[in-house]
Parts: sequence; structure tokens; C-alpha cells
Amino acid sequence: MTTTTLLLTMAACGAVTFLIRLSFIAFGRYLPDDPRLTALLRYVPPAILGALIAPEIFVLDGRLSFTPDNPRLWAALIAVVIAWRTRNVLATIAAGMLALWALQAFGS
Amino acid sequence: MNDPTPRSEFLAGVRAELPLLLGVVPFGMIFGVLGLAAGLPGWAVVLSSSLIFGGSSQVVFAQLWGAVTPPAVTVTTVGVVNLRHLLYSAAVAEYLRGLSWRWKLLLAYLLTDEAFAAALPRLRDGPATPHRHYFLLGTGSTLWSGWQLSTLAGVLLGAAIPAGWSLDFSIALTFIALLVLAVHRRSDAGAALVAAAVVLPAMALPHKLGLLVAAAAGIGAGLALRRFDRKTP
Repeated sequence: MTTTTLLLTMAACGAVTFLIRLSFIAFGRYLPDDPRLTALLRYVPPAILGALIAPEIFVLDGRLSFTPDNPRLWAALIAVVIAWRTRNVLATIAAGMLALWALQAFGS
Repeated sequence: MNDPTPRSEFLAGVRAELPLLLGVVPFGMIFGVLGLAAGLPGWAVVLSSSLIFGGSSQVVFAQLWGAVTPPAVTVTTVGVVNLRHLLYSAAVAEYLRGLSWRWKLLLAYLLTDEAFAAALPRLRDGPATPHRHYFLLGTGSTLWSGWQLSTLAGVLLGAAIPAGWSLDFSIALTFIALLVLAVHRRSDAGAALVAAAVVLPAMALPHKLGLLVAAAAGIGAGLALRRFDRKTP
């Protein structure tokens, strides 16, 4: 795709993000104050992240792979454990990358 | 006692934000590196930090761009990722009520996770003095500066890292870390697992719409599973 498409897509992403942040600050009195909205918004981060992660782990070379010889599966499991124990983004990324490199070196 | 001046509120905001930069700066550098690994040109990676200005949504943007996703789906997905900022906007709105449009536009632009987290205690629990919005300006502009510089550093660093290091996997690892931090209750985990299970068959849908279908399924599952949560929030 072209540079123009890239710029326009990025600008539109920025505009949407900005309008979300501006919403209640600028237009609060016109917007609903509904606890059901808060309850729904709470599940947005885990749901979208779950949907983003699964293909990164289970799709190898364009095909689904659930077998133990998929190194990304094991590296991801290690990352989950490290994230859960440390609650630290950087430690999780470091552990996951090291695990993946070790598994790739070991497997080849 | 005199009310705090704009300057003292601003500097207090800067001081409140600085410790958070310890986590933000390395994340900005990683985003710079993985943005290149996902296939974005360097200038676009740097520009996204001021145009979009949201860590996880920029990672999502880079990943979807690399996967040749239709622009409308990319924009919608980035919007969904940033929907939680509706809650931040609602939380700070009452403290910014009397401000001019220019202030509201500027502070809305700066309203990120970390700027919000560092400023809310001051706004909510501190004295309601006339210049307290300068505190949010202090946290927001500190975070903004750190984020721009660290992204730039990451792009310069990333250009020197050879391909074949599987650095694209750091995108998945970033999402995993953010997900684990977002899971506090059983229903949160249920929402993530259902979305992950639905997205794999749903990937067959055209235009990457499977992502949004799976997110909707996950949100529905989370709401349905609420009664299995423990009573504590």
C-alpha cells in the first residue's frame, strides 16, 4: 500500500483515539452515565488482547499449529508465567524472547 | 496559605510522572524496534508516537499494517483498543469543567494510561485550587516527551538489529504482558480465552473482521461469566 494510505490510516487512528479521550471532557453532559457501559468497557482489554495473541502463537507459516514442536507456544507459556509472577512488561518480553531463541537454537 | 502557582503544579506533575518513565522509555524503544520489524518505515514509526500516542494501540497499528489489513478495520481495531480511555475521560472531566476549549483539547490529547494514573490522585484527593489542571499538563507532557524520544531511539537501534531474530514475536509478548495485567477476575480471563478460541476459526472471515468478531464474543463471554467472580472487585 502507498505512503498516502499509510499516512491517512495513521491519522484516522489518531483522530479516533483523540476523540475517545476528548469525549467526556468536552461532551460529558450529552453522554450517558450508565454502569452497564462501564461493565462492558471493562472486558474490552482482555477480549481484544486475547484475540490479538492467539494468531501470533498458533499460526506458523500461514497454517494453524497446536503441536508441541511449535516453539512460540512454549515461549508464550513461559511469558505468561513470568508476567503473572513479576507483573512487569519488560521482564515478560525479555523472558519470552530468550525462551524463543533458546528453543529455536535447541530445535534446529 | 497561597494557592499553588501554575509552575509549582506543573513541576509537581513532572515529578509524579518521572518514576513511571522507567517502564515507559524501554517500552517506547521496544515499540521502535518492533514497528520496523512489523514492516513500517522508520518515519511512520516515529510519527505514530505523536499522531496516535498510545503504546498498545501503536503496536496493534504496526501489526495490522504489516498484515495488510484494510484501513477501516485497522482504525476500528485501534479505536476498540483505546476504548478504555472513555473511562479516563469520564474520570477527569469533572476536574476540567471550567477550562477553555484549548485546554480541553490539549489535555485530552495528553490523556494516556500513565499520565492519567499519575494525575488522578492529585485531581481527586488534592485541594480544588484554580491551577490544578497544570498538574495533568505536567504528567502528560513529561510522558509525551519520554515517549517520543524513546520511540526515536528504538527506531535508530532497530535499524541496526539483523533480521532473523524473530523480533516480531515481541509484539505477542507485549500483548501477553498487558493481558496478564488486565486480568483481575475469572470473568476477565474468560473473556480473553473465549476471544482467543473464537479468533482462530474466525480468521477465515474476510478483511480481518475475525478480530472484531472475536473481541465481541469475548466481551459477551466476560459479561455472561460475571456471576462466577468472587465478591471482591
